[in-house]
Amino acid sequence: MANELLNVNELETQFKTPEGVVHAVNGVSFHLNEGETLGLVGESGCGKSVSMLSCLRLIPQPPGKIVNGTALFKGQDLLAMDDEEIRHVRGAQIAMIFQDPMTSLNPVMTIGKQMAEPLKLHLGFTNQQAETRSVELLEQVGIPRAKDRLKDYPHQYSGGMRQRVMIAMALACAPQILIADEPTTALDVTIQAQIVELVIRLREELGMAIIWITHDLGVVASIAQRVNVMYGGFIIEESPVRDLYTHPTHPYTIGLLGSLPQIHEQSRQRLYSIEGMPPMLYQKPRSCPFSPRCKWVVEHCRVENPPLLPVGDNHRVACWVDTTTGRER
Amino acid sequence: MTENNNVLVKVEDLKMHFPIYRGVIRRQVGAVRAVDGISFEIHRGETLGLVGESGCGKSTTGRTMLQLYKPTAGKVFFKDIELTALRNEPMRLMRKNIQMIFQDPYASLNPRMTIRDIVAEPLVAFGTATGKDIDDRVRELMRLVKLDPDFMLRYPHEFSGGQRQRIGIARAMANNPSFIVCDEPISALDVSIQAQVINLFEDLQKELDLTYLFIAHDLSMVRHISDRVAVMYLGIIVELADRNEIYRNPVHPYTKALLSAIPVADPSFYETRERIVLEGDVPSPANPPSGCRFRTRCPIAEGYCAESRPEFREIAPGHFVECFKWDHPDNHKEVAR
Repeated sequence: MANELLNVNELETQFKTPEGVVHAVNGVSFHLNEGETLGLVGESGCGKSVSMLSCLRLIPQPPGKIVNGTALFKGQDLLAMDDEEIRHVRGAQIAMIFQDPMTSLNPVMTIGKQMAEPLKLHLGFTNQQAETRSVELLEQVGIPRAKDRLKDYPHQYSGGMRQRVMIAMALACAPQILIADEPTTALDVTIQAQIVELVIRLREELGMAIIWITHDLGVVASIAQRVNVMYGGFIIEESPVRDLYTHPTHPYTIGLLGSLPQIHEQSRQRLYSIEGMPPMLYQKPRSCPFSPRCKWVVEHCRVENPPLLPVGDNHRVACWVDTTTGRER
Repeated sequence: MTENNNVLVKVEDLKMHFPIYRGVIRRQVGAVRAVDGISFEIHRGETLGLVGESGCGKSTTGRTMLQLYKPTAGKVFFKDIELTALRNEPMRLMRKNIQMIFQDPYASLNPRMTIRDIVAEPLVAFGTATGKDIDDRVRELMRLVKLDPDFMLRYPHEFSGGQRQRIGIARAMANNPSFIVCDEPISALDVSIQAQVINLFEDLQKELDLTYLFIAHDLSMVRHISDRVAVMYLGIIVELADRNEIYRNPVHPYTKALLSAIPVADPSFYETRERIVLEGDVPSPANPPSGCRFRTRCPIAEGYCAESRPEFREIAPGHFVECFKWDHPDNHKEVAR
């Protein structure tokens, strides 16, 4: 049994807005083992980013509020730490990279200065040490002429190179967990392939655990070992990666996979489409959040929200209905 | 190429260069060669997919074809009419037949107009409906794109992304066009909503006999919706063929790399497949490489690739490729896929 690095239990996060309280994350529990890659998949607004930001306490409070739950990192609750303690974890032991590398970099600071910041802060490096280490890191993520390019500003880098810089900065303190929040969504496919290859290589070299947040079921198939699918602020299916694609079990997962065109498709088939829209979450769902869009819906779904029920090895699904028979489990 | 009566739109050696001005007197010091000499035809009732990475000129191609930009050189024909030769007013009247659907359903609808006014605008502009007929037509169009006509007095912000894209589609359909440029119409939408909109495009095509130029960077979606596919790189079309042909038997090294970079929703795929990962970034279109545009990143480039631009040659019926080494043994190394 691998060592458990992170254990999130019953996490709940809400946001106060002028229109009412948005229940973004509604009791999410999962764990992450040492060295493993977990995919967190879902559409916009399903709570995938908010749940990870909550773990690192990066939610602006107010309007956000973590109302319940624990997030144990090596046995210590991140949600109960004081500000000083969590600062030593963030960046140093758990690092995060974001979707848009342009907005995450400071446009009026050179790359070298920005890279030196975490090194000086967390590791107490001198300017000289920080520069040497920055060059090493940039070379590790495949930036040519790294020493010269430290003097450049972010706008002098292309989108793919900026994301490489973000990854280099995240790796600066050799974190045990890397949280990647849609890191390739803003990039072109060939550049996306470069970044995915890079992260896979770094994972092998450095042995860190990764949580890869994405809406792209294709990217996650190439990188993750386990996948959690989220909908309406809940995890609705968790599964080893192969099992998820060969035996998708939740009606939402089945619908998502069905709505992707097959690359091997020979003749034009109609795409499976999930009718309707994701829920607004102004109330915490009491019934299954997917029931209004589900074609297998039964009465039970409208009165009680299903918990995650085991359906196979490490494969659990939050659904009352067995979609293979159409009957309640 | 033989004359084909079935051709609805024809593009001949189209170029669109945007000037770069510098200095106090704003002298022109160069040009961004966004589209640099492309030719193709679109047949009546078909969907031509146009794919490529950001900055390759695919959106500029669509816009220049509709004369939203004045092309630097080249000709565009719609039926037998040369659009590039039309003056303003005749061109304005042509726009009834050729329409565009934009990428961002948040930016392409005026937030201060009701849905009724947005969809009615093309009807009013061309005088195709007046008085009470306008409302009837708006209702009809909303039903066509599967929106509830009772919502016609609402504003765009009251709708979701997918619904807004439907409003944009209803507006484009208002005057019964025959040719529509769809400029990344689904990239801003969530996965489950994308399938809804794609199915709508296919239904409308069948019902109304439409011809699409479908611009996108999502290669699997393009394969799904297109009859033929053109791949662009740095302002030129490097390969054009029937959809199954280009995906099964890609010839240009760039097409091969692009296809191998598509993320596939199947983990077992990655256990067997060798990926071609291209090195580096796309060069600037203001200063494109000499000769073949792709040679700086091409795994099989030779010295002579820098000397002149290869011919856009038809290597099999309907399969066009712009590459010197298209049938060179180096290019036949099998890509596992």
